[in-house]
Amino acid sequence: MEWIVKGDDAMSIIEISCVEVWREISNYLDGEISAELRERLRAHFEVCDHCTAVLDGARNVVQLVGDGRTFPMPEGFSARLYKKINALR
Amino acid sequence: MDVTESHLSSKEAQLIKRVCGGEPQAFEELVRPYERLVYATAISILKNPQDAEEVAQEAVLKAFVHLSSFRSESKFSTWLVQIAFNEARMKLRKDRPHLYESIDTQQQDAEGDYWPRDFADWRPIPSELLETDQAREGLENAINSLSPRYREVVVLRDVENLSIKDTAVILGISEGSVKTRLHRGRLILRDLLSPGIAGRWRTEKQ
Repeated sequence: MEWIVKGDDAMSIIEISCVEVWREISNYLDGEISAELRERLRAHFEVCDHCTAVLDGARNVVQLVGDGRTFPMPEGFSARLYKKINALR
Repeated sequence: MDVTESHLSSKEAQLIKRVCGGEPQAFEELVRPYERLVYATAISILKNPQDAEEVAQEAVLKAFVHLSSFRSESKFSTWLVQIAFNEARMKLRKDRPHLYESIDTQQQDAEGDYWPRDFADWRPIPSELLETDQAREGLENAINSLSPRYREVVVLRDVENLSIKDTAVILGISEGSVKTRLHRGRLILRDLLSPGIAGRWRTEKQ
């Protein structure tokens, strides 16, 4: 895939391809990359709408699944659990 | 039992001492913060709420009975979740051996690069999306459609917000593998949940 860029001088700023960016998106979100790589990714996101869309989508996924409402506990779970434990005591 | 290790909070260490010293009622206080984590662990493997509750409760009961064998080199929560994982995998093996087989013989982590299915723009954060049952069901279906290797990591790390390190310890894999699987799982979810045409949720299987 060719680099997706906009602006005449974008190529001089981007030192990382879209494919390489996608490879690091999850680590970027978790802060699990070096400061140098982070900077290169940041520069890429500034000029590449497609990669920014992938990044925003991945970030939204992390927010959505982690908002505490995914897989809600069945009602009465605690009561049933401690009843069983009390029966063992 | 040596409960002086730094992995254990002093509060937890005290509660464990009290339970082992003949105060079983302290167990409830010890376990209550992790009920959800244990349940989510079970559902990440078994996929349905009834089986997950049964296994989560079995795991907690097992932890209660065997608390005196807990060694504080690990966190209490890690130990508890590992019990839940083992219980869930055993149940899967017993009830649905064909599925267990597929976990057991899984190939290595997917190699090669990820290619986005589309470039749908998600910029407006859909924070109120989960208000609807339909949306939450779509999200859970998408997570359930992930293959087990990705699902387990996504549930521990992103649903339950465990650290990469704790996720690695619980699953018995390297931190590098956690990152690789997390990456793939998140991006598959992005494809599955991409707003797409007219913002409809897509939940088809990969």
